[in-house]
Amino acid sequence: MEISSLFISIIKILGILAYIYGLLWVLGRPKLWMKIAGVVVAFGVVQAFLSIQLGNNNQILNTFDRGLLFQACAISMVALGLNLIYGFNGQFSLGQWGFYGIGAYTGADITFRWINGDSTGLVVVGLGVILEALLIYGVNQFLKRYRGMPVLSAFTLYLLGTVVVWFVADKIGIALNPAIIPLLGTSDKLGVLATGAPMQVVFFLAVILAGAFAAEVSFLFGLPVLTLGSDYFGIATLGFTIVANVLLVNTDTILPFPEMRGGRGMLGIPQMTTWFWAFFFLLFVIIVMRNLLQSSSGRAIMSVREDETAAKAMGIDVANNKLMAFVIGSFFAGIGGAVYAHYIGFLSPATFTFLAGFNPLIIVVFGGLGSMTGTIAASFGWIFFLEGLLRVILDSIGTEAANWRFVLYPVALLVLMLVRPQGLLGTVEWGFLKAKKVLVRAQPEPPASTVVVNQSTGD
Amino acid sequence: MHKANTSQFTTSAANLRPGARFAWIGQGFLGALVLIVLYIIVSNAIKAPTFFVQIVIGGLQLGFVYAMIALGYTMVYGIVKLINFAHGDVFMVGAFVSYFAVSYFNLHLWPAAVFPGLPHSVVIVIGSLTVILLSMIVCTLLAITIERVAYKPLRNAPRIAALITAIGVSFFLEYFGALSFVFSSRFIPYTAPFDTLTWYISNGIHLVTTGVKVPPHSITFSSILVIIMIAAILVQLFLQYLVRRTKIGIAMRATSYDKQAARLMGINVDQIISFTFAVGAAFAGLGGVLYAIAYASIWTQLGILPGLKAFVAAVVGGIGSIPGAFVGALIMGQAEALTMGYISTPMRDAVAFTILIIVLLVKPTGIFGEPEQEKA
Repeated sequence: MEISSLFISIIKILGILAYIYGLLWVLGRPKLWMKIAGVVVAFGVVQAFLSIQLGNNNQILNTFDRGLLFQACAISMVALGLNLIYGFNGQFSLGQWGFYGIGAYTGADITFRWINGDSTGLVVVGLGVILEALLIYGVNQFLKRYRGMPVLSAFTLYLLGTVVVWFVADKIGIALNPAIIPLLGTSDKLGVLATGAPMQVVFFLAVILAGAFAAEVSFLFGLPVLTLGSDYFGIATLGFTIVANVLLVNTDTILPFPEMRGGRGMLGIPQMTTWFWAFFFLLFVIIVMRNLLQSSSGRAIMSVREDETAAKAMGIDVANNKLMAFVIGSFFAGIGGAVYAHYIGFLSPATFTFLAGFNPLIIVVFGGLGSMTGTIAASFGWIFFLEGLLRVILDSIGTEAANWRFVLYPVALLVLMLVRPQGLLGTVEWGFLKAKKVLVRAQPEPPASTVVVNQSTGD
Repeated sequence: MHKANTSQFTTSAANLRPGARFAWIGQGFLGALVLIVLYIIVSNAIKAPTFFVQIVIGGLQLGFVYAMIALGYTMVYGIVKLINFAHGDVFMVGAFVSYFAVSYFNLHLWPAAVFPGLPHSVVIVIGSLTVILLSMIVCTLLAITIERVAYKPLRNAPRIAALITAIGVSFFLEYFGALSFVFSSRFIPYTAPFDTLTWYISNGIHLVTTGVKVPPHSITFSSILVIIMIAAILVQLFLQYLVRRTKIGIAMRATSYDKQAARLMGINVDQIISFTFAVGAAFAGLGGVLYAIAYASIWTQLGILPGLKAFVAAVVGGIGSIPGAFVGALIMGQAEALTMGYISTPMRDAVAFTILIIVLLVKPTGIFGEPEQEKA
């Protein structure tokens, strides 16, 4: 362990935190052109660090750092989603990692099939997601007319509809396949649609569809489960992560996806995540979530966290808001999963065990419940400190020391919960994410004569 | 006029929830699910009755082990409303303590070393009981320490903060145990303090000995199943006695009902909570030793899934209720064994959580649960 590499690691962590601060500051500028220019500069800086050569084939951010950076982007999307569910809406969920896994496998399967001359992945998932969205909209309209339907009945309707929808999507996808195959070429010689710009579009669609698929799974799961109490909800979502992992281990036996190869792990996923895409999707998630939280829907979501009864009294549909936060949070997790899958190029169910599923929770708790800035900073800090710096330090001490990482996480979590339960940053927000002052409409000062309180004039 | 008004009122109340008459959809769905499950079980049971009985015996063994863990969950949750995630890991520590006592120190043979004349069977019985007692004591001390260090400072914090701390403690025990100088992260073959005997039923009960060929289609069961059943039932009876008849049991119930009022009545609430953790952990330790003897292989993450399933069992039976935890655990054991036997082995973990969700939707307080009073 050289002291210089330690020093460089610390510099990098500080640099990343400064970078996040700068990014949020730039996004918070008032004019649109300033924001766009700032984002382009922010993108360019890291791109330059990644590509400019320094003397003997060394970049400022080398391959290892690049990996950490992409992982940090993916994990911060997941953690932001969890923060929306737990931090802002108060629903203690341990299912985020399951949706991350679902997103990763869905996105990976779409592009994997695409480059291997099979269009069914994209077409079936795309059609299925769109039809399912229509189904959810339709059933929701029906439920609005017949208010007060028991949750179980509503769930049954959605479930039956889902089975029909995915059956139809599957049939259409298989029927369309022969028409698209000539454009895809084979895995040796890729066709028109599987290279260059069209492939980038497919990748973009794959990531969005992975998120949407995870969101729709979370809708079906969350509909009955969100009616349970807070701890029971936590256990049920933990169960979801466990079951999702069991299914991922058995993708080739229980589920009909031989290309995912079950517990041996899925190989040959195109590594398409570049800094542009990682940055793009992270920015997408941040902006969507910030705008959501500063809208009236966001305030409704936060009011559910503060006091459900009071929220209900204000006319807020509590069940609906819980479901919305859960679905959007899972959407972010799915996007994060797909970005991760296309960076790493290899997916193993071991990544998505429920033990690893506590990582986003730890990140959210560290960063501060209900602080987006805290979550982003904690995600990057987590990856760069614990995966980067600490691994380097502990590896240099000895082979056994690396396992101490997993002992240190829970101890840090314990100490934090005992000393500062609201997280390191609490609810502090930086720049762009800082809530605008709510403008109370300026009311003219009432004339002194009418300020006689509660003088009833009727009767 | 008045009459017309009331009728108008009732129709408008019905119009407020017009969807309520669609409850049959959900009930029909659940009914169909139950019918399918029953059909699978019954048709298979008729096809191969001995296999079915064998599965049920396996399920009983699992269920009684879960019962011993679930009692600790249900008591702790009943009193402090905390899902004690670390309980499953206390169970794991119990198994490991007995492993070290038996394999490294030969603790199960101490009576033979002290009193050389004793017959072998007496030595084994006394020695095994010592090993179990040691595990229970270590687990008790561990649980009290955990409670003091991690849970007590958060007694007045939001419930989720304590839950996160519990998860932290659980992780700490697992990963600290996985260090190579503690327990190591490998699967370790477990040496039992006594040899288990196996019987088969075929025209009467026969002992399986080396050289005897077990006839096909006969039901086998082992002495460890009997021991686990007896131990679980004794634990159950003991806890019933403790909670219903003794002074400390009355204090526990009072604390569970209302902590502030209990404190005013002169009950040392902190001591009662520690005691509850200790009792639960002692029986988790017992369960850990018996589980390790029955399944003959231990590792540091052994306690997670049994712990979670035992918690699910406690919820299914009605959290806070001791007979409920027992019944819930037996249901859970049977469900898991039947899933393994007739559906698919990997889905054994899925069935517990499916049952949890269904039970909570149909009867949120569980089978034996009393409706919870709303507290501020």
